[in-house]
Amino acid sequence: MMLVLALVLVPCLAGVILFCLRAERPRRTVVVAVTLAVCAGCVALACRPPLDLGELPVSRHAINLGMTAIEALMGLYILYVGVRARHFLIVALMLAQGAVVGWFEWTAGADADAGLALFVDKFSIVMALINGIVGGGICLYALGYMREYHTEAHRDVPDRRPLFFSLLFVFMGAMFGLVFANALPWLFFFWEITTLCSFLLIGYTQTEEARRNALRALVMNLAGGLSFALAMVWFYRNSHTLGLQQLIYSGHAIALLPAALLCFAGITKAAQCPFSSWLLGAMVAPTPVSAMLHSSTMVKAGVYLVLRMAPVITGTTVGLMVAVVGGVTFLYGSLAAITTPEAKRVLAYSTVANLGLVVLCGGIGTYEAVWAGVLLIIFHATAKCLLFLCVGVVEHKLHSRNIEDMSGLILYMPRVAVMMMIGMAGMSLAPFGMLISKWAALRAVVDAHPLLCFFIVFGSSATLFFWVKWMGKLVEVVRPQSRLIKEISLDESVALYGLSLVTFTACLFFPFFSTQFIEPYVAGIYGESGFLGQGNTLIMVIMMVVVMLFPLSFLSHGRGVKLVDPYLGGGNLQGGPSFAGAAGEVENVTLHNYYMTSIINEILLTRVAGLCAVGLLLAMFASALL
Amino acid sequence: MNAWLRLIVYLVAAPVIGGLLAGWDRRVSARMQSRQGPPILQPFYDVLKLWQKQNLAVFPSQNYYILSFLLLVIFTGALFFAGSDLLLVIFAFTTAAIFFVLGAYKASSPYSFIGAERELIQIMAYEPMVLLTAIGMYMVTKTFYVRGIASHGTMLVLVLPGVFLGFVYALEIKFRKSPFDLSSSHHAHQELVRGITTEFSGRTLAMIEVAHWYESVFLLGWVYLFFAASPVVGVVMSLVVYAFVVLVDNVFARLKWQTALRSAWAVTAVLGFGNIVILSLLP
Repeated sequence: MMLVLALVLVPCLAGVILFCLRAERPRRTVVVAVTLAVCAGCVALACRPPLDLGELPVSRHAINLGMTAIEALMGLYILYVGVRARHFLIVALMLAQGAVVGWFEWTAGADADAGLALFVDKFSIVMALINGIVGGGICLYALGYMREYHTEAHRDVPDRRPLFFSLLFVFMGAMFGLVFANALPWLFFFWEITTLCSFLLIGYTQTEEARRNALRALVMNLAGGLSFALAMVWFYRNSHTLGLQQLIYSGHAIALLPAALLCFAGITKAAQCPFSSWLLGAMVAPTPVSAMLHSSTMVKAGVYLVLRMAPVITGTTVGLMVAVVGGVTFLYGSLAAITTPEAKRVLAYSTVANLGLVVLCGGIGTYEAVWAGVLLIIFHATAKCLLFLCVGVVEHKLHSRNIEDMSGLILYMPRVAVMMMIGMAGMSLAPFGMLISKWAALRAVVDAHPLLCFFIVFGSSATLFFWVKWMGKLVEVVRPQSRLIKEISLDESVALYGLSLVTFTACLFFPFFSTQFIEPYVAGIYGESGFLGQGNTLIMVIMMVVVMLFPLSFLSHGRGVKLVDPYLGGGNLQGGPSFAGAAGEVENVTLHNYYMTSIINEILLTRVAGLCAVGLLLAMFASALL
Repeated sequence: MNAWLRLIVYLVAAPVIGGLLAGWDRRVSARMQSRQGPPILQPFYDVLKLWQKQNLAVFPSQNYYILSFLLLVIFTGALFFAGSDLLLVIFAFTTAAIFFVLGAYKASSPYSFIGAERELIQIMAYEPMVLLTAIGMYMVTKTFYVRGIASHGTMLVLVLPGVFLGFVYALEIKFRKSPFDLSSSHHAHQELVRGITTEFSGRTLAMIEVAHWYESVFLLGWVYLFFAASPVVGVVMSLVVYAFVVLVDNVFARLKWQTALRSAWAVTAVLGFGNIVILSLLP
């Protein structure tokens, strides 16, 4: 019990301390110490999961009162933001939510029976591990990154680092609370904290664009919050309990509508269509924020909730609609990612797409699908975080986040380029993480609703295209470049190497994670669990070894090979990337990727996908109500 | 025949059969163009000669990608003929193709770069159909294992006619035959020089050829699965499909990549997915 509470409270407390620390050195000490403590705590929890959490050390009533007070303060702050920005949708949503929650507190109040306040199962342990290790890595990285951000790259942005770090840690603490909470009001409390933290972090730079995007994120997540509040009230009115566990086992008559509402909340938070725009807008924030939102917290909270609802909605029309929303989003994100040369945008679209796949799994909700969904979350978190952090480093050095400018990165910044390659291979290539999970997802889909495979087969071919062309850009070298002397700072390198290692381990030992965590969880709910089969796992491992042998081939570097200039269809000029053309004029070689903008229209695609999703969500609510 | 035996036969026989098919292809194509054509064994002579040539490269590392490509292609075929999971086979196959593409990117010449890019487009064009083929076969036979599909009693082509036609379409793209020889063409009328293979020479080019032989045999093996209920028909039909691909190669002009991609996805959606829709509606 104490460990779980500590995981929630220590980061929050650290957040408060960091808010008061102005100097760099003590901040660094606190960040490193808390990160290490949190990682250790998660691992300890994973090694010896507590069977029974026992009683809370403080009276539940007092905690509930405290929470209500903080919630009220947050609500007032959001109202203030809404009024100041003259964004009346925010005001309306916040007032509606306040009315629902306030009325609920008034009538049911603190004496509502919520069952256990906190609980720990294998799924929450997986989420906690991701949050602790990946999130911790991001916080470490942020130390070095933010120093460079303010002293070199963005001098015009006001330095508000105390607030920044404080928010990162509060965010992390809230995410721990979210995955351990059983009582819906508690879950809701942490849910709202993540909404507010993300709003503040996205708006960190306070530029016009940042403010606008932060407000957009806020309004969409408030819609989700309202839906969450309604779910809570509805469920309480019909069952007089408020536990997440009770909800899952209450049967369709009571649980279906709240489950649909909670799925809607999850869909907004996971940036599924038609709400994907907030996540794309969120990349105006400094890179650690993007990494945090995309990998360990925020969006993962959304898919976490959808996967929790999976046993309730499986086999229903609601589930089917959720699954199709996920499928549409997957296809949309994968296609849209082809069209943009901006690295962070590609990553954002790929996040949207992959979360779509998790939501698809959650909507199908069979044991195979849930198994695949959890696996997807793990691999996506590690690889995506690594990629974001690498892009952040590259952006500082190249002063550009355009993929076209990353040409020859393998010579300029070899370490970062290799780590990026690891991340991308993890995202797209067999036999690494994401592909294993996609495979599992495909099998689950074919068994449950074969027609939904449409989204997966087209979407996954599109993903391959944009990842590989990016990889190609990294390895291709037109102009000889010398290597950068100092690629990354100490904090950044600790985080990057650590995360590369984590990505690597996750891929290599995924059968272990599966048998230790995912299978027990899935089997606990459904009585049986998905697995790829012994033989297939063995083949995967063999293949992994074959692919990992690839770097070894570099040992015989250049033996028996005569080096020549590339063929340029003209007279090559001495040692350079230029050639004499037909009329004797000098031409420079430039290589550009395809972005297919002639056949994929990003704006049109967004609109169509959004409309489809709106229709599907309406259908979902209609079928839940009837 | 048990799995190990099949595996060994595949490893030894596949390059021989693949090479002979390639030789036959060149002979037949020549006859269609009123030429005499090379001897059937010419591909083997070519590879032997390439093997003895000096190895030229822009970057030494480009050759290692090709080595990995060859190994993974062989591995893919081995998985297939050992009767493994069809989806796993596809993923291994795609990874192999990606190594080829990365090798061409690494070479960094404009021709190989565009070749690589176009090869990626081709992968993107055929991949959905290939996946749908596996799914269609699963829906009929209830297994993804090649051994299970091969020993299933139904003539799959009869229930999966759309998928079969779509698969043949995908084969055209995968074999890089006209009208889909976008990334690299074996005919002498290519605007990209040799596209994706421009910067490879000597042993490395020989490896690409050998990989291609293995690839052909594996893909024809997949065609066989559609007719596996009757082995003789299966073998004959695989050869017929190969002959058809060669014929199409000689009668069509090259398409633009946009058309190639669009048409491939349209065929996949209509024939392939349409077939699966019908299949899922049937009891």
